[in-house]
Amino acid sequence: MTKRESNGAANSGMNRRGFLARGGALSGTLLLGGCDGLFRNDLVQRILASADSLTEAVQRALLTPESLAREYAPEDISADFKANGSINPDTPDYRKLAENDFKDWRLTVGGLVETPLTLSLEDLRGMPARSQITRHDCVEGWSSIGKWTGVQLSRVLDQAKLKENAKYIVFYCYDDLGRGDTEASRYYESIALPDAYHPQTILAYDMNDETLPIPHGAPLRVRVERQLGYKMAKYIRSIEAVESYDDIRGGGGGFWEDRGYAWYAGI
Amino acid sequence: MAGKEFIYRHSGWVRSTHWINVLALLVLLMSGMQIFNAHPALYFGSASTFDDPAVAMTYEQTDDGYRGVTKIFGESYDTTGWLGGGVDEDGEFTRYGFPWSITLPDFRSLALGRHWHFFFAWVFVINGLIYLIYAITSGHLKRDLTPDGKEMRGIGHSIVEHAKFRFDHEERGYNVLQKLSYLIVILLLLPLMLGTGLTMSPGMDAAFPWLLDIFGGRQSARTIHFISASLIVLFVVVHVFMVLVSGVWNNLRSMVTGRYAVDTKAPAPAEEAAE
Repeated sequence: MTKRESNGAANSGMNRRGFLARGGALSGTLLLGGCDGLFRNDLVQRILASADSLTEAVQRALLTPESLAREYAPEDISADFKANGSINPDTPDYRKLAENDFKDWRLTVGGLVETPLTLSLEDLRGMPARSQITRHDCVEGWSSIGKWTGVQLSRVLDQAKLKENAKYIVFYCYDDLGRGDTEASRYYESIALPDAYHPQTILAYDMNDETLPIPHGAPLRVRVERQLGYKMAKYIRSIEAVESYDDIRGGGGGFWEDRGYAWYAGI
Repeated sequence: MAGKEFIYRHSGWVRSTHWINVLALLVLLMSGMQIFNAHPALYFGSASTFDDPAVAMTYEQTDDGYRGVTKIFGESYDTTGWLGGGVDEDGEFTRYGFPWSITLPDFRSLALGRHWHFFFAWVFVINGLIYLIYAITSGHLKRDLTPDGKEMRGIGHSIVEHAKFRFDHEERGYNVLQKLSYLIVILLLLPLMLGTGLTMSPGMDAAFPWLLDIFGGRQSARTIHFISASLIVLFVVVHVFMVLVSGVWNNLRSMVTGRYAVDTKAPAPAEEAAE
């Protein structure tokens, strides 16, 4: 459920008796099987989502900056790496860039930075590269293994010099997965600084030793190896450092997050 | 003359953790099927081999229209209405793994299914830890659930008796097969659910990479998670059946109030018989 879809339950005045009544209603409807209202109830959703915060806190406590996602051997690479979500963006600006092999593509890095950047693919390829063979875990349940080559996001951020109050890195993309023909229906994602500065978090321009193909996010996608696939934005257009993602589009911090998925996708 | 007497069979800790576990496992099973429906296929190893799944629930178009099909190691079975797909209320063929009527929520929503699953996974873990700490420190695990040598030697006899539907359950304690099945669920299947569940988390895999080695890769962990859940369902079916045939009200009362009626040789004290 998105924030925009939230029903009247949230506005009907919360008090202790209301909470208890809803708790009773929750058990009652669950037992009777009349679950539709329960599943779409805003309060129920907030209670359930509180487990995400617990999961994130525990995982962040267990993970050190050095905790790496497993890296695999070349023979483990999947021949059938699945492309999901947008696989061939049809937005006019993207088509134009693709026609010219992304020679005119530029990555802008802005927001809460001292030095806003505009980088071409050549610029990115000129920076120190990292290659990693990792497992891509989709929220749907499947996994594929691929080799990714790119520049560590930390190097780009260091070059732009984050301001003190920057807390999240937001990726804006070219693909209109929401099919709304507006800026707001395009894909976007955000990650926190511990993930942005993780050594395996790279802006990948190559996949399996070849130029990143369009189904997998050409010309540039991010790899966030300790989380699920939907965090790893494809078709990146710009990167913005922000203090909070509350005021960006649906406020969930990402395209799928605005549609009910958890922002923290380490599970 | 023989009468009835009440013994205190289940402690408050066992009773409360039992029922919380019932709720948690029910929600986990139903939301788990919702999550499974997002990609109703199973694989072994680290990654998915999409053309060669170990198990897949899918559909096929035949002369009779669409059919739900389940493929297990290359063999196809028609499972229309049960697995793979079936006709919904509006008479339309709907694709699924498990029917939406038994998933949580009861319409396609991976996002909501995951919220329910992970919330109740925490309930399950915290409740399970409380139970285990109680069971070990109180002696419940050793005293009530661990069979002794004599019981183990009588296991053949007990299997034969159960096969004949003669349940010679000792009234004050558990039968040897009962003890063993409880131990398998408590110490093997439920921890296996947690372990394989954590292995599906990319965050946990980075924190504890050995999880991947224990279960043979993320996709193997997902398959074991599925098999283990199926075995727990099988256990519940047998468990509920045994509760029904061995004195359902007495069993239920003892798991709610703790009090369990047993036959006694001597006449029961009046105030207890009045119960």
